Amino acid sequence: MAVIETAGLTKQYPSVTALDDLDVSVGDGVTGLVGANGAGKSTLIKILLGLVGATRGSAHVLGHDVATEGAAIRALVGYMPEHDCLPADVSASDFVVHMGQMSGLPYAAARERAADVLRHVGLAEERYRPMGGYSTGMKQRAKLAQALVHDPRLVLLDEPTNGLDPSSRDDMLALVRKVGHEFGIAVLVTSHLLGELERVSDHVVVLDSGRLLQSSATTEFMHATGSLIVEVQGRPDADRLLGQALVEAGLTARPAGGALIEVEVRDDTTPDVVRDLTVDLGLGLVRMQERHHRIEDVFREGGAGSVLPV
Amino acid sequence: MAWSFFVTGLRNTYGLGRSGRSKVLPMILLGMMLLPALILVGVLVQARDVLDLDQQIVAYSRYPVITQALISVFVAAQAPTLLSRDLRFRTITLYLARPMPRSLYVLVRFASLTVATFILVGAPLVLMYAGGLLADLPVGQETGDFLGGLFGAALLAVLLSGLAALVAAMTVRRGLAVAAVIVVLGVSYTAVSTIQGIAVGTGNDTVGEVAGLFSPYTLVNGVQVFLFDAPRATATPPDSTATGLAYLAVALLLALGSVGGLLARYRSVQT
Repeated sequence: MAVIETAGLTKQYPSVTALDDLDVSVGDGVTGLVGANGAGKSTLIKILLGLVGATRGSAHVLGHDVATEGAAIRALVGYMPEHDCLPADVSASDFVVHMGQMSGLPYAAARERAADVLRHVGLAEERYRPMGGYSTGMKQRAKLAQALVHDPRLVLLDEPTNGLDPSSRDDMLALVRKVGHEFGIAVLVTSHLLGELERVSDHVVVLDSGRLLQSSATTEFMHATGSLIVEVQGRPDADRLLGQALVEAGLTARPAGGALIEVEVRDDTTPDVVRDLTVDLGLGLVRMQERHHRIEDVFREGGAGSVLPV
Repeated sequence: MAWSFFVTGLRNTYGLGRSGRSKVLPMILLGMMLLPALILVGVLVQARDVLDLDQQIVAYSRYPVITQALISVFVAAQAPTLLSRDLRFRTITLYLARPMPRSLYVLVRFASLTVATFILVGAPLVLMYAGGLLADLPVGQETGDFLGGLFGAALLAVLLSGLAALVAAMTVRRGLAVAAVIVVLGVSYTAVSTIQGIAVGTGNDTVGEVAGLFSPYTLVNGVQVFLFDAPRATATPPDSTATGLAYLAVALLLALGSVGGLLARYRSVQT
């Protein structure tokens, strides 16, 4: 059973369409939700929590309908918001216990769980200090702890690495991975930084202006895309000549910037065809390599704007 | 769940479970509320025969009006700790992301503040009652007056908490909320008692009776005078059934209105 499933999910605000006819299915493990700022990531999370109503369409979380069973969903789901949400004059320890109780745990159980999750997220002695004095990294850890305290089946992490320096970011990503794989809690983690999600998630969903751009396993994103990058020399217009010859041979070829040519791989013989044509034209083959996609290529192809590749 | 939220809120209003500094003000106020009652009890027990007393020196129904400044400060200072604080630190998002519905959050917060205020107003009355029994005041009479006083304390707590919570929920700035609540409560009481004084001086008692509707303190005292024939604390308590009913109606409207206003306010809170 899918952990999260949406069908035709649409959310319109008076001036902007935040989500546009979204069909997404999210399973176990860590799922990255990528998109530029304003792509609809936070809106999607709020709809999944049942905090905001959808304009059209439906969504199910752990088998519960978000429109009618919000409370049941919120009991099973942990949420780490993007913005600050910690009272300054309470210690992380007290706060996480309190939040555990707010999720329905009895006091003793909440205390025990809070001690566990605080240890897992790496808050040691500082857990007894008021949170107002915490660094951003410690605050993010405390926020993660409160999302995990009631042992949810799914956690929604909204930009957990926001504002962190590179080493804290690595720690946080390692934590996210640990939550998804060692604790067996399904994770939906958002980011506008693509490189991060390549590293931690099993599956990536890409949103752009509220539309689904792509949803597939991270390994597929990283896979050879089925194209070769070819560089030739010998004559000033060598790349054009070869390109012409490749097209005449029935292959799809296009300029790939500079003097490079990108050739789609049709079958195992394609590299041989490229080599033979190069030789026939009397050109020198400088390099021929498989092209690997990175997640950001999805954006390039989809024509999405302001995304920050790492 | 709601219960533990209620208890935590109640503890927080007295600074328990929070930093040491936040305990100072509510505890001082509680002490200052109890001190006059303690002195009154001491005098009552020691000097009952000398002064030939057969009732409390200060009636239960008048005590909250005499100490209104302290009560106003308490409500003004503690309403924001429950309401503005969640809005300011945006902790409210975390509460709303948990099973508790939005309206329950509002009602529990309101209940915590009300009970905290009730404890502040009721504690000295309990002390006075205990002192009254020690001084061998007529038990039946005392118990009746005391229960009437507690009813008044509860009503006052509801009205003050409702008003203060509504004001506090409008702003994320704690200082602003504190000042606004003190202004609303302090100015209304001062204005009402001034108008009542003038009304008595010029012989227009009806004006004074109507004015009494506009401050929670005079309103609650009026309701007590009307319902229990309790000793009055204002120059012009309601003296007819019609004005008495008006006092009762305004008190109810104010209580329901402020809770309704709170619920409406939180419906529009963004997560």
